[in-house]
Amino acid sequence: MSAVLEVRDLTKTFGGISAVAGVSFDVHPGEILGLIGPNGSGKSTLFNCILGQLAPSAGEVRLDGRAITGMRPCDLNRLGIGRTFQLLQVFPQLSVRENLILAGQEHQGSMWSRLRGRRDAGLTAAANRMIEFFRLGHLADERAGSLSYGQQKLLDAAMAFMAGPRLVLLDEPAGGVNPTMLADLHERLREINRSQGATFVVIEHNMEFVMSLCTRILVLAEGRVIAEGDPERVRNDPAVIEAYLGR
Amino acid sequence: MTLGGRARIAVAFAAAALLVLAPFGLKPYGIYLLSLWAVTTIAAIGLNLTLGYAGQISLAQASFVGIGAYTAALLTTQGWPLWSAFLLATALCFVIGWVLGYPALRVQHHYLAFVTLSFATLVFLILRNEEWLTKGVYGISGIPRPTVLGWSTKNPIDFYFFCLAMLALVTAATWWLIRSPWGRAFTALRENPIRADSLGVDVRRYTLIAFAIGSALGGISGVLYAPLVQFIEPTAFALNLSLNLLLMVIVGGSGYFFGPFLGAAVSVLLPEWLRFSEGLYLILYAVFVMVLMAFCPSGLLGLAERFRKPAAARRPESAR
Amino acid sequence: MADLLQLLVAGLATGGIYALVAIGFVLLWQTSQTINFAQGEFVMLPAFFVLAAMKFGGLSFPLAMLVGLAVSAVVLGLLFKRLVVDPIIRHGVLPLVISTIALAIFFKEGVKEFYAADAQPFPAAWATTNLSLGGAVVSVQSLVIIAAAVAAVAALQYFLAGTRTGRRMQATAQNPALARVLGIPVERMILYTFLINAALVALASFLVSPIYLAKFTNGETLGLVAFVAAIVGGFNQVRGAIVGGLLLGVVDNFVAAYWSAQYRAAIPLFLLIAVILFRPQGLLGRAEERTV
Repeated sequence: MSAVLEVRDLTKTFGGISAVAGVSFDVHPGEILGLIGPNGSGKSTLFNCILGQLAPSAGEVRLDGRAITGMRPCDLNRLGIGRTFQLLQVFPQLSVRENLILAGQEHQGSMWSRLRGRRDAGLTAAANRMIEFFRLGHLADERAGSLSYGQQKLLDAAMAFMAGPRLVLLDEPAGGVNPTMLADLHERLREINRSQGATFVVIEHNMEFVMSLCTRILVLAEGRVIAEGDPERVRNDPAVIEAYLGR
Repeated sequence: MTLGGRARIAVAFAAAALLVLAPFGLKPYGIYLLSLWAVTTIAAIGLNLTLGYAGQISLAQASFVGIGAYTAALLTTQGWPLWSAFLLATALCFVIGWVLGYPALRVQHHYLAFVTLSFATLVFLILRNEEWLTKGVYGISGIPRPTVLGWSTKNPIDFYFFCLAMLALVTAATWWLIRSPWGRAFTALRENPIRADSLGVDVRRYTLIAFAIGSALGGISGVLYAPLVQFIEPTAFALNLSLNLLLMVIVGGSGYFFGPFLGAAVSVLLPEWLRFSEGLYLILYAVFVMVLMAFCPSGLLGLAERFRKPAAARRPESAR
Repeated sequence: MADLLQLLVAGLATGGIYALVAIGFVLLWQTSQTINFAQGEFVMLPAFFVLAAMKFGGLSFPLAMLVGLAVSAVVLGLLFKRLVVDPIIRHGVLPLVISTIALAIFFKEGVKEFYAADAQPFPAAWATTNLSLGGAVVSVQSLVIIAAAVAAVAALQYFLAGTRTGRRMQATAQNPALARVLGIPVERMILYTFLINAALVALASFLVSPIYLAKFTNGETLGLVAFVAAIVGGFNQVRGAIVGGLLLGVVDNFVAAYWSAQYRAAIPLFLLIAVILFRPQGLLGRAEERTV
């Protein structure tokens, strides 16, 4: 089975310090890959290099065998990669529904056709389905900025799925979310994975969440991959325990 | 539709009726001021698109007004019809706006402020120095008012209605644009360009388009300005006007659809009504802007909204 | 050859003024994210403080300069920070930009309305004669300006690098949050940068006004030139502001002499575009990556 995403020797240095030091891994179709590691181990930097927010210093990224290194975030998104950020990123002045329509509209036709076409780019129904799916129905017309933190976090995730991506990179989706909502999010992610065959890469500090959600886990420390395998194996790996507990 | 929405439409209708009826009770100078307000508002609407919706500061809006005005002056004094000036100026300003924004957007966003500031200086110098084209400091006089479909706009009141019609046209077009997916994308890149980028919004292209359309509206405003005053010279389009337009948008409420209308009224009509000297008015105005920025950076309409309803209940809307 | 030397000296003198103004501009940006659009008016105003002290206070010129410096420190340093920057900075960069634009209008119209609308002669504290150096005619004024600018920059560098307060200010500029944790009184350090900026613009004002006369519009071009000098040099570096200022001054004088005096005011645009296209981090700046 060929990989959806191939990362080869990806490196990012900031003024002589390597935040990401030659990371290689594959993401297989349909899997949920967890990316864990202590604070400052380079997880978010790795995401940002893969997704074009940062230009990698060296290395290569391939999507379905096609080199995508250094492409712009918006072009990557239109190739079918969705993402969320570590910090909450919704558009506070737009309503929940408008946030979702925005997340899908750039995938509909050309820029010019969007100007001539319908105001909602024909996405109201799809947005409503997404709203129902994430159980935000009662909030559809509220300003996103007026939602609770956990609700905004759900909206943030929902936006990443709006365009029906094949690959989604989630940066700490569980951060700051209360236990009830967390269970909800867990269930939603599983269901999208099952029903749409979407592939996920998830950065997460909440071990319980990540261990139960992911099928495979990659451990990063000081910019390098130090362990890889199923949750059980990673949990008992001495190198991982050392990285977390320190020397 | 909510009661607030209905009240809003009622206010809009009342304002439109007032604008149509007002000139009948005014002397020519009053009609001239109203016309100037309409023309200025068009330029401010353009800047509001750039600044209020797409979040890009421009200090060169007056230069686009100037390009429009000189295009109109040069063409119509040579016997060309005004509509040819509209076409040429709109295209010219759109292209120049696009080209100007391009280098600035390669780097941090506040660079656009400096690029536009420098551009404003350059345009002023060209208008002043290239006498073969612009007649330099002597200016261009005798700019004729157009005849539209057989209707002569020579009289102040007729020309006022021409300006008002153009304002209505621009307003409708902008309203439509803001409520299209483009408007939603503009709002997104003002609020969070990085997130917008990750959702497939081509931030650079949308920003350039917003900037180019805003500039084109500046050009349209200029094409109307030339036959309104009938004599133009370079200093009218110097940095002062750019700053003034910027303050209008901010004072009215940047990102609010009707902000420019209010801002232009504060800047064009209020000083006449208060009968202060120009200098004293500007001093007080500057203090007012500083106080407004400290307490309510979203401008007068933002202030009104704050009074009308508590913060939590504000209506979410891309086209405020 | 003599012509070149002459132009070079004149250019360095102009550049020295630009550098002083640009340094202050960069300092404000570094410590408090203030993009001061009134920086040009800040240079215009101190000369009028001096003129007013002489006219209304009956002071002698040297005494009036001291008063002008003190009033500048209070108005352009302390009050500017307390009344304009502090209440607005929490709203972000744009409202502050707008506010400083309004402040520029306030100062400009204030001088025009309450002092004078036409250019006022401003006394020079030094000889206004010319010297002959190996065939080149060089004005004493240019040399005085260069000397004063060099002295001011040297003093500033000594203060920033050689004193405890200076190093604390640098720490504040580089990382305010960390500086706060280290127990540095960040607010006071920021106030010091505002006072230093006020002193620099006052010096620039006293140096430039004898040549161009004191007029309410003097700040219009100076402000833009200072921004561009700062960007050309690499927006967040004091060294960059110095290099950018000098370069701009020299280029300005050479272009005026050999190409077109009418378009010398457009030089900043061309330099700005060139820098943005070919070296966006500035001549001395290092590329900075945006953190997400």
